[in-house]
Amino acid sequence: MTPNKYLWLIPMFPLAGAAINGFFGRHSSKRAITAVALTLCGASFGLAVLIAAGFSSASAPYYFDLAHWLRSGDFQVDFSFYLDQLSLVMMLVVTGVGFLIHIYSVGYMWDDDGYYRFMSYLNLFMFFMLTLVLAKNYLMMFIGWEGVGLASYLLIGFWFTKDSAASAGKKAFIVNRIGDFGFLIALFLLIKHFGTLDYPALFSKIQPLVPETAGVGLLTSIGILLMVGAAGKSAQIPLYVWLPDAMEGPTPVSALIHAATMVTAGVYMVARSHIIFERAPSASTVVAVIGTLTALFAATIGIAQTDIKKVLAYSTVSQLGYMFMACGVGAFSAGIFHLMTHAFFKGLLFLAAGSVIHGIGGEQDMRKMGGLRTYMPWTFATMGIATLAIAGIPPLAGFWSKDEILARAFDANWVYWLIGVITAFITSFYMFRLMYMTFGGDYRGGPAAHDVRHESADAHAMHDKHAKDELAHDTHGAPHHGEHGHGEPHESPWVMLGPLVVLAILSLFGGFIGIGDRFQHFLDPVFKAAAEPGLQEPVREAGENTREYLLMGISVAVAALGWFLAWLLYSSRPQLPARIAQHLGRLYTAVANKYYVDELYAAVFVNPLINGSTTILWHDIDQGAIDGTVNASADAARHISDELRHMQSGNLRSYAGWVAAGGAVVIAYMVWMGIR
Amino acid sequence: MVPLSYYLVLSGILFASGVLGFLIKRNIITIFLSIELMLNGVNLSFVAFAAQWHVLSGQIFVFFVMVVAAAEAAVGLAIIIAVYRTRETLNVDQVNLLKL
Repeated sequence: MTPNKYLWLIPMFPLAGAAINGFFGRHSSKRAITAVALTLCGASFGLAVLIAAGFSSASAPYYFDLAHWLRSGDFQVDFSFYLDQLSLVMMLVVTGVGFLIHIYSVGYMWDDDGYYRFMSYLNLFMFFMLTLVLAKNYLMMFIGWEGVGLASYLLIGFWFTKDSAASAGKKAFIVNRIGDFGFLIALFLLIKHFGTLDYPALFSKIQPLVPETAGVGLLTSIGILLMVGAAGKSAQIPLYVWLPDAMEGPTPVSALIHAATMVTAGVYMVARSHIIFERAPSASTVVAVIGTLTALFAATIGIAQTDIKKVLAYSTVSQLGYMFMACGVGAFSAGIFHLMTHAFFKGLLFLAAGSVIHGIGGEQDMRKMGGLRTYMPWTFATMGIATLAIAGIPPLAGFWSKDEILARAFDANWVYWLIGVITAFITSFYMFRLMYMTFGGDYRGGPAAHDVRHESADAHAMHDKHAKDELAHDTHGAPHHGEHGHGEPHESPWVMLGPLVVLAILSLFGGFIGIGDRFQHFLDPVFKAAAEPGLQEPVREAGENTREYLLMGISVAVAALGWFLAWLLYSSRPQLPARIAQHLGRLYTAVANKYYVDELYAAVFVNPLINGSTTILWHDIDQGAIDGTVNASADAARHISDELRHMQSGNLRSYAGWVAAGGAVVIAYMVWMGIR
Repeated sequence: MVPLSYYLVLSGILFASGVLGFLIKRNIITIFLSIELMLNGVNLSFVAFAAQWHVLSGQIFVFFVMVVAAAEAAVGLAIIIAVYRTRETLNVDQVNLLKL
């Protein structure tokens, strides 16, 4: 158990990397920056693996108090780390996927001027994310929670000279702030009623409480407020709007933060608070309903998107919905299982999408792709595996975790299951649609496409890279300039393909650890030991297996159906989708415009706020009242002085006159007083 | 016995005419005389009170004032002559610079 002592180093390594690259990166060579960022991130991963090797499902939770922080009466918060089976899984996912994405970023961001900044931010993100998952109390978790929000803001707005990126970063930060508000109030309630934020102490106080079956009690309100926080961070209804916009960031960021790790923090937080949710059935129902609705809602939006990253973004929102559905029905380990497999295949999907975008010179519109299978076979193969995994085709990772969630959802309420299955169908459809549009058919890009290409910063970063790549190709004697402005689509370098292959392997086989509920049993010490006896999983009855296989069969069938439909519409008869869209009319427009939710929020919240701030706060109160008071007193002083300065004429005799007049007034006053 | 108020009224008239002369006259000698007039108005009230209350200090004070007034007259007239020699005027309105 010796490596456990160094648990605190896991978050500290990336912090050191962020500091070194942040302070000295501007003047260092890119090789040095890469070495620092990768070494420290890799060290963190290596240590995590070392610790994991000595940690079994039987191991007791491990604490490490690094330093005291707050002491106020009986209330105290320490900088302390906590390792149990749940944080171990999260730690491995974060460091593992994070490390792979660091490697990928070296290739993807090499030619960007802000390379050192990017690497520093990525390391900073790793630090905060690891603080979040390894915290021993809610306040430490909140530090990480806010910190990943900061890192996310910095990375979404990484190309901050681009207006859309800057405002996307702002939007993510502000929407998250709404969620954080709920989280904070939940923490205040916990402090007020339980006097501690330490997980072990807090949970042992909550554990004896009886479930709040009726009305909105303390635990229910805490649960719902925690869910508000989770909805903000994990992009659930009604706070999901920031995630699709967050795709303005560089693609590795989308993969790391907005697919694999940060957005799952909400799921982790709900799972971590499972003791609260188990004793607050209404709060759990809220979680399940929000998750289920989000899963369906986001999936339908994903159908009509044409930007490859936007499709993946809505897919992420939808998959996070599954995880919340699982947490809501009490299947926390299934939610965490899906979190893990999702980190593999969604990280892979984003990285592969980045490879595609990279390969065709910054284009993100799927309508201008097509036929890339022959140009980038590795990207095609790995992305194909990820697509099969997310669609739930056995035996890939997504199948096991999604099936687990759907089975548990069916146990809770068949409506969740039904919506989940419909969502699975839609997921399969839009993912294969993406595959066919991107890799199938013929290349639709080319010179004509260049005029209408939206000149994103992403594209600019690629521009330079391509110029160099082409030079390199020319020296190899490959005639490469054709009618294509950027040259033909080409495969990405190995530094980018390597992580793709590793993630593809994980997406292929990562699900097997869930066979026979092994993953679930690994997490049992966290979720079962403390569970309330009444909420234990029901004993398996005879015929249970048959039903399970039936459910499994249905979910595989809908996945296959989605695949078939996508093949029919986007490969076999590509003229059909336009006709269908025409027939659907209004409905299609609504879906393509994301149900006008952004517009609705703008009309209901944003614009009234901006207008109110402009007219009332800015013009009336600030300019009118505050500036007005200050200016008026200054004006009054000037006008009075203007009159008074005539007294100070410099004429000696007028002064004497004033003295005499003053004396006369004093005498007159005294005389008058005397008479009276 | 003349009542005290008579002296005081005369003293007031003397002082007031001194002030008035000081304020409205342009000629520096007239202003100088007005100052003397004010001093003597004050002196008059001093001696009047001294006689009334049979206290000597009032009368002694008047001597001090007269000594100071004499010294002042000597210095003042010397300054006036010096000013007249340099400026060739006794109009105070034209004597507004300390240095030519």
